[in-house]
Amino acid sequence: MKISRHCFLKIRSAMPALSLALVTVLALALGCTKKPTNTNEILVGEFGSFSGSEATFGQSTSEGVKLAFAEINKKGGINGKQLRLISLDNQGKPEEARAAVQRLITQDKVVAVLGEVASSRSLAAAPVAQQYQVPLITPSSTNPKVTEIGDYVFRVCFIDPFQGLVMAKFAALDLKKKRVAILRDVKSDYSTGLADVFATEFKKLGGEIVADESYQAGETDFKAQLTQLKGKKPDAIFVPGYYTEVGLIARQTRQLGMTAPLLGGDGWDSEKLSELGQDAIKGSYFSNHYTTESTEPIVTNFIKAYRDAYGGKTPDGLAALGYDAAGILIQAISRTTEITPKNIRDEIAKTVDYPGVTGKITINEKRDATKSAVVVQVDGKVNRFIKTIAP
Amino acid sequence: MDQSHSQEFIQHVINGVSLGSIYALIALGYTMVYGILQLINFAHSEVYMVGAFAAYYVGSNKYLALTEHQGVGALIVLLIVAIAACSILGVTIERLAYRPLRKAPKLNILITAIGVSLLLQYSGQIVFGSDPKLFPEVIKDVSLFKIGGVEVHSLDVTILVVGTIVMLGLHFLVQHTKIGIAMRAVSSNEMVARLMGINVNRIISFTFILGSSLAGVASVLVGLKYPKIDPLMGMLFGIKAFVAAVLGGIGSLPGAMLGGVLLGLCEEMVVGYISSTYRDALAFGILIVILLFRPAGLLGSVQREKV
Amino acid sequence: MAALTDQTARFNTLKSLPAPVVAMMALIGLGVLFDNFTNAYTQFVMVLILTNVVLATSLNLVNGFTGQFSLGHAGFMAVGAYTSAWLVTRPELGALPDFLKFLLLPIGGGLLAAVAGYIVGLPSLRLRGDYLAIVTLGFGEIIRVALLNSDSLGGARGMYGIPSTEAVPALGLTAFSAQFAVASVWAVITFVTLWRIVHSAKGRAFLSVREDEIAAEAMGINITQTKVRAFVISAFFAGVGGSLFAHSVKYLNPSTFTFTKSVDIIIMIVLGGMGSLTGSVIAAVIITILPEMVLRELQQLTGIDLRMVIYSLLLILFMILRPSGILGRLEATDLWKMTLGRRKAEDRKVEGQRVEGKA
Repeated sequence: MKISRHCFLKIRSAMPALSLALVTVLALALGCTKKPTNTNEILVGEFGSFSGSEATFGQSTSEGVKLAFAEINKKGGINGKQLRLISLDNQGKPEEARAAVQRLITQDKVVAVLGEVASSRSLAAAPVAQQYQVPLITPSSTNPKVTEIGDYVFRVCFIDPFQGLVMAKFAALDLKKKRVAILRDVKSDYSTGLADVFATEFKKLGGEIVADESYQAGETDFKAQLTQLKGKKPDAIFVPGYYTEVGLIARQTRQLGMTAPLLGGDGWDSEKLSELGQDAIKGSYFSNHYTTESTEPIVTNFIKAYRDAYGGKTPDGLAALGYDAAGILIQAISRTTEITPKNIRDEIAKTVDYPGVTGKITINEKRDATKSAVVVQVDGKVNRFIKTIAP
Repeated sequence: MDQSHSQEFIQHVINGVSLGSIYALIALGYTMVYGILQLINFAHSEVYMVGAFAAYYVGSNKYLALTEHQGVGALIVLLIVAIAACSILGVTIERLAYRPLRKAPKLNILITAIGVSLLLQYSGQIVFGSDPKLFPEVIKDVSLFKIGGVEVHSLDVTILVVGTIVMLGLHFLVQHTKIGIAMRAVSSNEMVARLMGINVNRIISFTFILGSSLAGVASVLVGLKYPKIDPLMGMLFGIKAFVAAVLGGIGSLPGAMLGGVLLGLCEEMVVGYISSTYRDALAFGILIVILLFRPAGLLGSVQREKV
Repeated sequence: MAALTDQTARFNTLKSLPAPVVAMMALIGLGVLFDNFTNAYTQFVMVLILTNVVLATSLNLVNGFTGQFSLGHAGFMAVGAYTSAWLVTRPELGALPDFLKFLLLPIGGGLLAAVAGYIVGLPSLRLRGDYLAIVTLGFGEIIRVALLNSDSLGGARGMYGIPSTEAVPALGLTAFSAQFAVASVWAVITFVTLWRIVHSAKGRAFLSVREDEIAAEAMGINITQTKVRAFVISAFFAGVGGSLFAHSVKYLNPSTFTFTKSVDIIIMIVLGGMGSLTGSVIAAVIITILPEMVLRELQQLTGIDLRMVIYSLLLILFMILRPSGILGRLEATDLWKMTLGRRKAEDRKVEGQRVEGKA
């Protein structure tokens, strides 16, 4: 008994010393390791939410990015150099996003960074790219503030003001709706941004916002909010959220006996939308970058390649944007004579009429993408093209 | 109150009770385990998630294609699958993760439970994929009858009825059967129970099977009501159900039921008459106030400190 | 009685040395070392470690030493972080030299967090165990939702471009080493303050509340006051931690301060040992480095992100194999003495019983 306790104490006393030693050694070893740089490779970093509550968005984007990289590498890379993508997860946390970008730039020494879906995480991480003068292209952060961070930050998607205007115009002028209710996701800056713009623009066009309720992404019960909306008798409901919630929102709207169409933004674009929403979402409209009905070869080729690569899955909007962000970057790199972050930045800034899946993309002086939007109507598994709205 | 307002109010009440009965159903599982082990089984909500996925895979077109054979038969198959999956998982977790810690401080088991919960969430994202999936709709949610011009749907009634039956059944089991007496004995004093010849391990395993089965039942019913499942689906309902269990007085079966329905109503009324942006904040605020006046929950008994 | 002399001895070892000053200097020196030999990523993680040390040790006062169960630490942290981020832009502070400003900002964050701690501490008079846990959890959620809905603080978009310490050429500090110095100073202040509190006569009151409330009350300890005091002090330093966090990440979003964040900090103190300040420090170091630097390497090698899976598995295994945490209720200084064999045999016996009996 006595001996065992003695031994116990000994082990106990050794534990922390050991663990401390281990940690220090590991930290130093990892901190000091210089990875052998392969001169035949071009390193590009990507950060995104590959796990955590927003994993599905991060993964979709990443699949699009990886497809673009695989294609260029299959063609022999850029001037004989293969592109290598280093993808780091941030679990959907802003502080991890910052850490990941810091790591990509200062430890892995990437020449450019692709990422984040959410504007919040782009806002957290982009200053690092700006500080170290490494170009960063965000595929789908729609908040205008993101590219205001500096001249090294670009985007390939719409900004909230444009998309909000598109839907406000469509609702007021095409659908001739007068009373619209808003149901926004307060947890997402994308959703609140879009909702705010929509409300201002719609009122300017003479419409009335009869109710403005909110939910938080991840919730499944929206009946309380919808009951409130129902009392206001709207003739359309604007739900600028992601498809993950919109499917259930549509169902519950119909369960409560409301027939008004739902309106939304590019966050709706996924084959999951109609799967989750079934008949309830049929007939609703949303603004998007492109339509899967398009016969342009770039779109059909992308959809085919994506299906081949990922087991028959139809790409969603985020995957298409990821693909285009990577495409613009690849094109910019291939135009540079010497591959340095500075040169790549300059080339990205010069992008004009890039034939992307999500439309012809021109990077303007604010480093935002100017491109037209389409409005589509959900009709079972397909989204019917309704009209194109130019910026 | 004119007619549309009263209709709206009734609608809110129905929504609240229906949401609350889901909280209640999951809360029963928390309270069950807590009653025996004084452990907040954080992994309960993930057991529930796994149950939903088990039912999803079996019911999907790959295996049984149950959406093509809608009806009560299909529902029973899903329930059996979910209950089996949950029970096995629940017992495994207890064996591997909690049993070695039976004598350790409470907080350690709690951290282990959080660890198990994280493990299931993140491995779930890898195994099942993190995209949302459509739960097989084996029965149609039809409108049953109307109260004050407001439709009442069959699933809402089912969930409430199942919740109540389960609560009564558990109550009977705990109060009037031999194994229930054994459970109460283990709960009040494990050592003495052991001396009285009760196989404590078996009782605890039984409790976990029971609690996890409840999670299985809940997963199918909730899956039918909100047919979207993903690996993190347990988190939201998990925390809310846990709050409901505490509100009702953790360890008390009727308390879990009452707490669940009350929390559901509370949230609903906050959204309906105050503000939807502050839904959770106000619901928690009300909860805190209630706890200040009833420090051991609504139906919990205040434990006198022994000197 | 033996235990008491033992505690006083512990206290004296620190008192006899100008330990805090030495520690601060050593840490700042370490910062300069990091500055020259590691990249910005490692440096970022190092500042996070110090932030987590502040958060973990402060939570240990409530959860470890006073035996209350708080699940709302992230809420206090948020209050401190947002207060500090708001204060830094105030023109009234412009007159202060930059470095001094950042050195003092955590006090602002801490004070407001302490007020919040007082408000949350009050219910702890009536509630115990899981009920208190729920109240603190609810409080944390309320803070988060309030932040989410306040446009002036950024709402869901978050606050970005928060200023951070700049280089101080006069002291030979770069931007990073200045930041690291601020964090070091506060980590040491936190640790030493808590250490002194816990090992003072008044501080014994916290332990007595944990061990046996009724006996403590019988000994004339004002339980109410003690618990509230623990909450206030703990919240103050959580606010300090939040402030450090705000100026190192330079971005704040309500989604950071969820229940999960509180759980992360709880994991640190349980891993380190409830009621062991040095244990919390060690655990904070491990928990910060593990997913960032160690498991990320693994992720890059394998290509699959198993970070959280491995993390949670390790957590479970650790809890099973070493339920009392790395140090239990011992402090690293105890081990030092034990390994040196300076300790008397009976002291060791008492310590052993204390650890095994009550852990």
